[in-house]
Amino acid sequence: MTPWTQTSVKAANAEIVVVRGGTGKPLLILHDELGYPGWMAWNEWLADRRELVIPLQPGFGKTARLDWIRNYRDLAGFYSQVTRELKADPIDVIGFSAGGYIAAEMAAADPRIFAKMVLVAPMGIKPQNGQIMDFFELTIRRHLRATVADPEKTPEFARIYGGEMTPEQFEAFEDARAETARLGWEPYMHNPSLPNLLYGVKTPTLLVWGTRDNVVPRGCIDAYRQAIVNAQVVEIAGAGHRPEIENEPEFSRAVGKFLAD
Amino acid sequence: MKIGYFTERPYRWLSEDVILKNRAFFAVSNSYFDREKAADDYHYYLDEYCYAEDLGFDVVALNEHHGNPFCMGSVMNVEASVLAYRTKRVKIVLIGNPLPVIKHPLRMAEELAEIDLISRGRLITGWVRGAGSEQFFNNANPAYNREMFNEAHDFIVQAWTKPGPWRYEGKHFHYRHVNPWALPYQKPYPQMWIPGVISPETVKWCAEHRYPYIGLGTMLGPTCDLWDYYADEAAKIGYQAGPENFGYLIPTVVAETEEKAHAVAENFVYGGGQNAFSAPEFTMPPGYNSKSAIRALAKQPTGSWLGVSGDKLAQHAQDGNKEPETDFDEVRRKLRGGLDKVMRNYQVIAGTPASVIPKIKAILRILRPGIFIMFSVQGPVSNEDRRTSMRLFAQDVMPALRDYAKEIDLPDPFERTPGSVALGGGVKRGTVVDRSPLAELGLR
Repeated sequence: MTPWTQTSVKAANAEIVVVRGGTGKPLLILHDELGYPGWMAWNEWLADRRELVIPLQPGFGKTARLDWIRNYRDLAGFYSQVTRELKADPIDVIGFSAGGYIAAEMAAADPRIFAKMVLVAPMGIKPQNGQIMDFFELTIRRHLRATVADPEKTPEFARIYGGEMTPEQFEAFEDARAETARLGWEPYMHNPSLPNLLYGVKTPTLLVWGTRDNVVPRGCIDAYRQAIVNAQVVEIAGAGHRPEIENEPEFSRAVGKFLAD
Repeated sequence: MKIGYFTERPYRWLSEDVILKNRAFFAVSNSYFDREKAADDYHYYLDEYCYAEDLGFDVVALNEHHGNPFCMGSVMNVEASVLAYRTKRVKIVLIGNPLPVIKHPLRMAEELAEIDLISRGRLITGWVRGAGSEQFFNNANPAYNREMFNEAHDFIVQAWTKPGPWRYEGKHFHYRHVNPWALPYQKPYPQMWIPGVISPETVKWCAEHRYPYIGLGTMLGPTCDLWDYYADEAAKIGYQAGPENFGYLIPTVVAETEEKAHAVAENFVYGGGQNAFSAPEFTMPPGYNSKSAIRALAKQPTGSWLGVSGDKLAQHAQDGNKEPETDFDEVRRKLRGGLDKVMRNYQVIAGTPASVIPKIKAILRILRPGIFIMFSVQGPVSNEDRRTSMRLFAQDVMPALRDYAKEIDLPDPFERTPGSVALGGGVKRGTVVDRSPLAELGLR
């Protein structure tokens, strides 16, 4: 397995914990609203080709909460400061779910910050049809289950979340839920002005969506496609909200091809 | 001691099966709402509070819940306004307005000032954070609940005391022009009594503000611990807490016979009672609980109900999200059976005046509260049974309690200002509870 490290980085007037692993051109990974789940097969595949840079979101347990960050645009502004300060821009990015929302906000504010952008089941824009699942109204157990189409057919899901939840895991999930509520309670996990601010962004963008996603409806993908003219869509048949672990080979192939082109 | 009357004003026309099927009162569809019956009930409950005044209660207490047939008081200030006009003597205590849920402290300051004026100074205003379900109902960000509570409270105190107009730029609230014309009748403002269910953060906050804390039917042992915590915090800032700092509210039913009292009291567990207020997913919204509360919860053995075990995953694969078939009669039997336990634990008091008096005296001896509030029965109980319970309590129980409160010296917050007994530096604080009867009662 590729060795990875977890270190604390001083940037943007804060200390942020970053997981790094792999070799090659840096690739920014923005994890989802449940927190960084650990190094998985898709990380391994990409780490052979790229250096993965995974900041752990402030307030999610590892990186201290920053009280001034009160919405996703604030958080995107903070990540942009960090990226510029580390002279990492322009950089490629993969954002998962709420991480996709963060990436889109970063691109809207500074279209040159990303060379390429992969948004996996991104939140952030109100769907044209349907609704983003209200996971705040679910216990963490039901929320986790809803993120994959077939828990029993997703070995990595059991690897991350199987077994009885430890007190530390419970606390980490509650940290993640609390911080996500602080940022995305209202409007719920989207920013009404984001589609307008994305107008004219020409960053090559790949939208990845599992056809059995219970969390983010296809309407979000359609809305992103309308906002970002260069966006392509890859559907992963049968996958839910976590195509990267539900169908890792297809996910890695699609993302790898897009980033390599 | 002040003796109060409180009811949740339950919606009494809902089949128990509907509640059991929903696993909770919150989120039962309002398609079951009957306008005529609800109109009758609102009139009845207002009349009932007036009856409490006639019977000699010192205080009538209102509360507020949202989207919940457990409590018809969706906008308690409306009912308080009616009572302010209709009653002549009783104090009207609000336990309490959910500040983070209402999200408009200036409006709240105006409404309460009007109620205090109309009642000519009989308002006692309390605050709560709002139940978990209410954060959802009102779309109030639960992760900012405590911050909004503190800011709204501080703002209201300022709005009532700092001559306007002035401008306010806070973290969660913003006002260009603060100058409420109507100010409270009482100077500088009404007393504030804060209800709670074992939240140490709230107790500490009350002690710091010298506000009476009202335990809502909490277990006697843990309530003693909380009172001690309050008194410790009070001592840190230089005062001795006493009965004037504490209140206790307890489900109570009085009837002509023990059998009748027990039959009526069974309605405290109707539909699951207080424990079925809302389902788990609505009880613990994200960020609503403090970090220390989450840590404590995570370590509880039952904390794993939120976990995903391999077995549970496998079972989920078979069952999907289907709810298991429920035998409602079996659930009902269990609920009714559970009542005996809570009665033994002194969490529900039910009986004839003769059997109720010693039980409440024991509570008064242990907790030494300056405020005692009778919490009237829940569920589909007839007007007649409700009124009989009130009447028997007022006529036969209340006089004995008043005598006993005098005998063991339980001053209320109007007889002795909470926080007014100074405690010199280095002086050890006095006791605030008497735990000795707990063992005799088999409670610890």
